[in-house]
Amino acid sequence: MHAWADGRLDGERLRRFEARLDGDEVLRAEAHAWRRQAQALKALGRDTLDEPVPQHLVDAALGSARAARPARGATGPGAWRAGDQRVWLAAAALAAMAWSVGWLSHATFASPAVRVAQAGAPGFVRDALAAHVVYTPEVRHPVEVAAAQHEHLVQWLSKRLGATLTVPSLDALGWSLVGGRLLPGADGARAQFMYQDATGARLTLYVADAGPQSGDTAFRFDRDGRIAAFYWIDGRFGYALSAQTDRATLLALAEEVYRQLSRASRPPA
Amino acid sequence: MHGVSPAHDALIALIPRLRRYARMLCADAAAADDLVQDTLERACERLAQWRPGSDLRAWAFTIMHNLFVSETRRPRYRLEAAHDALPGDTAGNVAPDPAAGWVEALDLERALRALPQAQRQVLLLVAFEDMSYEQVASVVGVPAGTVMSRLSRARARLRELLEPGADGARSAGPRLRLMK
Repeated sequence: MHAWADGRLDGERLRRFEARLDGDEVLRAEAHAWRRQAQALKALGRDTLDEPVPQHLVDAALGSARAARPARGATGPGAWRAGDQRVWLAAAALAAMAWSVGWLSHATFASPAVRVAQAGAPGFVRDALAAHVVYTPEVRHPVEVAAAQHEHLVQWLSKRLGATLTVPSLDALGWSLVGGRLLPGADGARAQFMYQDATGARLTLYVADAGPQSGDTAFRFDRDGRIAAFYWIDGRFGYALSAQTDRATLLALAEEVYRQLSRASRPPA
Repeated sequence: MHGVSPAHDALIALIPRLRRYARMLCADAAAADDLVQDTLERACERLAQWRPGSDLRAWAFTIMHNLFVSETRRPRYRLEAAHDALPGDTAGNVAPDPAAGWVEALDLERALRALPQAQRQVLLLVAFEDMSYEQVASVVGVPAGTVMSRLSRARARLRELLEPGADGARSAGPRLRLMK
């Protein structure tokens, strides 16, 4: 079946296998799913093949002693190692664990999140703060889709959350969009948008399905220690805006976010 | 064009393929290029060991595989936060063609990354490189039977992730009956 899905059967073997598929509906469905996958996978990396090859890699292939590496945060042989697992482990942990302070290495960041949660904030606020703590320190992989792909980001996250999302623009207040990521939640997918100011400080806007029972709420604020959060529920979604900043700054941002989101969801008649 | 040796030229020609595979291993385009560079450096150091006429591609991919596996097992290098790094340089991972099913491509990439490393490697070597199952076995350093079982698990898992509910098709088949 692998050989068929990968297009590697021919002649008599191909005829025999396809005859078998004809008589077996379950097998046929699976074989076609595998073949679709194989074709989609082939297409996935195709654009990478057409990218220009950086000179330092050509130098390395020529054996030029120690080709220079582009200046970056974490460089040196082996720096590629950690890229993958950390972020995905973090995502998996968020999905699998309700909340565990001990798990977070950034204990100083963790405490305000816990106390906000204990103050009776909805569950999504707790998750929003957890996600803020996990992803804002990320240097290499803070977002899944970068702001440069803004339209794709919105399209993708909207599709996954099942409603059209609007990403507020906070440039006028000095915060530019870094990008977004999709996160698992108790009842479906959630989105996190990340913004950054000129000093490198980061702000996250977390969007979660608030559930059918919840009515709209006013802004609620909580802060303890370093992370301040405003959260509110508007229509289908709950929002949480988190940053290490003072209340007045965050309020101005929350009001701007709220204004842009409500303008988008209720266009003037 | 480069003229150092046919082997070096062949290595240069392989760079795009090594990069494509590395990007799906490493999750981050910059980290992937580091892995590719380490691989090329190692390959040049050992070029004398390469038998002319044998498959340079399989040899280079084997080097990359071994580098990747040994470094992930023995975390010698830590990725420390470095605040001068540019955020958002991750877009290199995804197809830039706006018309070509972006939502599906992102979902596929996400599902791929959710696979266990060993399954993903086997699947990508087959899909990206069109390697025979025996070649994959030699690159990854496991028996061909293990390649096939990893491939089966990878494909079944990917299907679960991408087509939720498709499992029903499986259970609709003939069921075992409990013998009383």
